[in-house]
Amino acid sequence: MSRTSTSASSAALQRWWVNGHVQRTVPWVVPIVVILGWQVASRAGWLSTRVLPEPWAVLKAFWSLTLSGEIGKHVATSTWRALVGFAIGGGLGMLLGLLTGTFRAAETLLDSTLQMIRNIPALALIPLVILWFGIDEWAKLFLVALGVFFPIYLNTFHGIRSVDKGLIEMARSYGLSGWRLYLHVILPGSVASILVGVRFSLGLMWVLLIVAETISAQAGIGYMTMNAREFLQTDVVLVGVLLYALLGKLADVLAKGLERWWLRWHPGYQPNVAT
Amino acid sequence: MNHCDLDLQALAAHARPTFIHRDGAADSAVTWAAPTPRTRGGAAVDARGLSKRYGARDVLIGVDLTIAPGEFVAIVGRSGCGKSTLLRLLAGLEAVDTGEISLDGDARAGHQADIRIMFQDARLLPWKRVLDNVALGLAGGDVQERAREALAQVGLADRAGDWPAVLSGGQRQRVALARALVHTPRLLLLDEPLGALDALTRIEMHRLIEKLWQRHAFTALLVTHDVTEAVALADRVVLIEEHRIALDERVPLARPRARGVAFDAIEDRVLQRVLSQPGDESISAVSSLAPASQWRWAV
Repeated sequence: MSRTSTSASSAALQRWWVNGHVQRTVPWVVPIVVILGWQVASRAGWLSTRVLPEPWAVLKAFWSLTLSGEIGKHVATSTWRALVGFAIGGGLGMLLGLLTGTFRAAETLLDSTLQMIRNIPALALIPLVILWFGIDEWAKLFLVALGVFFPIYLNTFHGIRSVDKGLIEMARSYGLSGWRLYLHVILPGSVASILVGVRFSLGLMWVLLIVAETISAQAGIGYMTMNAREFLQTDVVLVGVLLYALLGKLADVLAKGLERWWLRWHPGYQPNVAT
Repeated sequence: MNHCDLDLQALAAHARPTFIHRDGAADSAVTWAAPTPRTRGGAAVDARGLSKRYGARDVLIGVDLTIAPGEFVAIVGRSGCGKSTLLRLLAGLEAVDTGEISLDGDARAGHQADIRIMFQDARLLPWKRVLDNVALGLAGGDVQERAREALAQVGLADRAGDWPAVLSGGQRQRVALARALVHTPRLLLLDEPLGALDALTRIEMHRLIEKLWQRHAFTALLVTHDVTEAVALADRVVLIEEHRIALDERVPLARPRARGVAFDAIEDRVLQRVLSQPGDESISAVSSLAPASQWRWAV
């Protein structure tokens, strides 16, 4: 008797879990509890505002910075840098990946050079970058571009090389060659791998931008936080951290959306497939 | 998922738009003439003195093979005997070392568009929907329409918008068959296309392939390790052994073929011939376990 009731309640639990609302709500439980605890701790005076201001103060700072238009300006500057850097580095990475993936000669010529450069941490180049570009925009774009280049390059190369040879043989025997073979078989076959590189790069993009902006800048989220540090405005520093988190999440959501669209043929990305 | 491969009736419905249950005997009287088939007839294949070696290993030595237009030839042999290599040479997927292949008396190279291959794995492009897979490599204004027609011929018209990932193995091979047929090939090469399918699906595929072959009148060359399949489908069964053609047996049975004394006699003859040769690999997993006379029950 008790067994049946347990199984019945576990079935109910399962239904409750499968229910979309619950699945969407549960991931937010931990963050909300943490924030509430933080608020209580600040209010009770266990946390110094110098160390960590209360969440409410951070929200107020966020709001006043939004009203003054400062956040808009900094976010726009940072986003522009991130996107331009990503476009340059990612574009070059994909181009070279396609080249070395497609032509053995290009691989022989370029790949070992690129692998050597890959092993230099981008941030180790900061002194050199400052010497080359000074402290203007190009220094930041260069760092971001360099950082996002390699994940996309490597994954594009790998994607092209791992396209099923059987499919290429089939397509050739069905009369496809050259550009059509590339467009219908090779490129779609490597999209999954390229997107892995894109998602990885998007994470790196923000990391590099944060560092680049804290070194030297006249605008941008990094500049805003560094400036706030000078004036001990811990709440503004936290607003900056929060912004990075939100922008990073946004970039990831976009990348996931791209995956879901481009890989909608893939069994792993189809909602209701049970084969 | 819907694993229904048993829709040969849907095939017939393409010719007659009603679902009428018909038994096997009535199949030969199917009114295939209803939609005008795009048929260009079969090509005559003539291969002379084909040899192929990989490194130091001979795969084929001086193979001669002549196939009449519209003929259905099955090539059987043990694993690694070179039967697939022969098909790949005819397909132009690999170059011959010595020897010549001609189609209708011309060099094979000029006939690439006349030859289509069905591979052991369906090799559908997973990122294209079924209809676009069938339309692969087609050119012209009525591409979609022709692809739809070909899909209907294999009984999968209703799956045109699906991704290949959701199809069963048998359905994938039928899409591959439609993709080959839409090019109206004059020579269709089948490289163990049914090897990975279950027994029931295979029998359905046999009937489908036979019907479409009769309808389109292309020349067909089937490579298989299954002697029953070869005898069920082919006009001629060719056995390759020790890199050479060892047996070329006519199958003078009426179609559609059912199991019977004559069928079994031919099957036994080929099978005995295969098994008489010493070798560490048997022609099929089943035949190594049971004597050939019992073997037919396994398929």
